[in-house]
Amino acid sequence: MAIVELNNVSKHYGDKGPGAVEDFNLRTRDGEFIVLVGPSGCGKTTTMRMIAGLEQNTGGDILFNEQEMSGVPAKHRDIAMVFQSYALYPHMSVHDNMAFSLKLKKIDKTEIKQRVEAAAKILGIEHLLDRKPRALSGGQRQRVALGRAIVREPQVFLMDEPLSNLDARLRVEMRAEIVKLHRRLKVTTFYVTHDQVEAMTMGERIVVMNAGHIQQVGTPDELYDSPDNMFVAGFIGTPSMNFIKMRRHGEQLQGTDASLALEPWLKDKVPEGEELWVGIRPEHLRTVDDSRHTREGIRLRGKIEVIEPLGAVSLIQLKTGEHRITTQLEGRPRLALDQELELVSDMSRLHYFGLDERNLTVNAPAAEEAASLQGHQE
Amino acid sequence: MSQSTKPSASRITLGGTLLTLLAYLVAIVMFFPLLWMILTAFKTEQQAMSIVPQFIFTPTWQSFHDAIFQGSAYTHYAWNSLITAVGSTFLGLLLTIPAAYAMAFYPSKRTDFTLVWMVSTKFIPAVGVLIPIFLVFRSSGLLDTRFGLLMLYTSMNMPIMIWMIYSYFKEVPKEIIEAADIDGAGTLQTMLRVILPLALPGLTSTALLVTILAWNESFWSIMITNHNAATLATYIASFRSAEGLYWAKLSAGSVLASAPIIVLGWCAQRQMVRGLTFGAVK
Ligand SMILES: Nc1ncnc2c1ncn2[C@@H]1O[C@H](COP(=O)(O)OP(=O)(O)OP(=O)(O)O)[C@@H](O)[C@H]1O
Ligand SMILES: [Mg+2]
Repeated sequence: MAIVELNNVSKHYGDKGPGAVEDFNLRTRDGEFIVLVGPSGCGKTTTMRMIAGLEQNTGGDILFNEQEMSGVPAKHRDIAMVFQSYALYPHMSVHDNMAFSLKLKKIDKTEIKQRVEAAAKILGIEHLLDRKPRALSGGQRQRVALGRAIVREPQVFLMDEPLSNLDARLRVEMRAEIVKLHRRLKVTTFYVTHDQVEAMTMGERIVVMNAGHIQQVGTPDELYDSPDNMFVAGFIGTPSMNFIKMRRHGEQLQGTDASLALEPWLKDKVPEGEELWVGIRPEHLRTVDDSRHTREGIRLRGKIEVIEPLGAVSLIQLKTGEHRITTQLEGRPRLALDQELELVSDMSRLHYFGLDERNLTVNAPAAEEAASLQGHQE
Repeated sequence: MSQSTKPSASRITLGGTLLTLLAYLVAIVMFFPLLWMILTAFKTEQQAMSIVPQFIFTPTWQSFHDAIFQGSAYTHYAWNSLITAVGSTFLGLLLTIPAAYAMAFYPSKRTDFTLVWMVSTKFIPAVGVLIPIFLVFRSSGLLDTRFGLLMLYTSMNMPIMIWMIYSYFKEVPKEIIEAADIDGAGTLQTMLRVILPLALPGLTSTALLVTILAWNESFWSIMITNHNAATLATYIASFRSAEGLYWAKLSAGSVLASAPIIVLGWCAQRQMVRGLTFGAVK
């Protein structure tokens, strides 16, 4: 178990150009479950590889339990890693793949057998123990790769998209197993995923990355409720947040296809005539006749372009003047394509971003709270 | 419509037939000299010398008997061939595996250049270095010694061994070695338990190839050995006596010289299957 600390860690592969990772700062708690998310190529794998010691960081330092790790080779870092590409030993059976690290540690044979079998049972691959990796499907290989990591009890787990190749049901099962495992072993874990649900449900804290830079670190709720910037706002939550450009006119925010009362706390952040972005999550837009609003915020009117019924909810795309707005309505509302629809969102559900894409509400869980806070200060 | 149900593959085309015939023809042309050598080995010298080719005759072991026991003992030369070929292969593997390992997994900026340079040493014709090597061997007392020949064969084959083993090592996905690293394996353990098993087919074919190269080598064997360390190549050459050629005996000797290597190749064929790394990574 370890506290992992990364201070200004960066990685430049070549001599020139931007780094694959830049100024990465993070300090985990002991036994914390950290999820790394971000678009492809943003540096997640590179970060994991630096923690593992497979890649030397070109800047900053990495500490395990306050101990500087540069110069400590991977095999002495006591970590277990699930590679994005599995990296199974092709000449060994599934059993031997999982037992390899234990054999190297000269652990007692009966214990090895026990541990391997226990892991295989968790992963549902007991019947495959004698097979070679080439005789396995992608999903089975991935579970072997996971098994190879979990038979060990390392200081740190590094899992690079360990469930990406599993079908939806297996993924849900495995997700639960990993969470259970983590609760039992309390090993500090770094987990890379592209799956929103995995990120939100598993992570104690989520690190959102883009182009090598950390965008925000926070609990799932923090990221969802108060994203630091438009990138995080758009990246966390599916479907993505809607953004509408508006301009301040006196006590009003005016857009091409909507207008809105200006929140009092925004007054000194947005000068008269200045533009800003208003963000609304699709699930926070409702039809006008739905009367659950405490303070009516923005009102949007447009023509329905796409209807995607997903069972419990339906996604509806609306073309307002110049924007395309997505909304998520419960059930399967009786709507038709090209029909006019008017949507409303609660005032407290709105997010405001400056033109530099930074959230104007700094670190407040909800706009309304921020408003009252701001009011007190004035 | 019933015709179309016939599988088209079973249809015999003129082009296909011609191609098959051509293939047989080429195979026969290639194989005939070998066959003739084997046949001649079982003939008497008179039969072997006859102008009219004889296909039907009573086979005799006489030539083999002569080749093995008369004067120049086959076993002496065969033993030398075996020692130098197998010995140089083992020594070569011992030296080139670590070299190829370093080049494949810890390459530097000059690795590519070094590889090309090493192979380029093979471009120099052997006669070009004959005199220096001869002189070095003479002054260090290595002439006509098995050890000298073994060293020579080892260094002769090292470039090609490094090149081949390097490319087989390159085929081992880097992540597998990293996985071993993370699993706690040291360099030697990674080498013995992960890389070598994976590269085994490649190592086998490399070993086989250089064994054959060393076995078949005749230039150096003839040049720097006399009798003590002489190999089968020297032995065959010695048949060209002043009284003219003894065809049957020469053939028997040649069969004896090439049989071991052909058998070896046959046995090792199985090992040369590729694609063992399949299934390691996505
Ligand atoms: N060995 C390397 N040499 C040079 N550039 C590299 C190397 N490995 C990665 N990169 C670059 O570094 C950046 C980050 O790559 P990385 O593999 O960390 O992305 P990722 O976030 O894991 O992406 P994905 O979600 O697709 O796995 C990319 O732009 C990639 O091209
Ligand atoms: Mg990656």
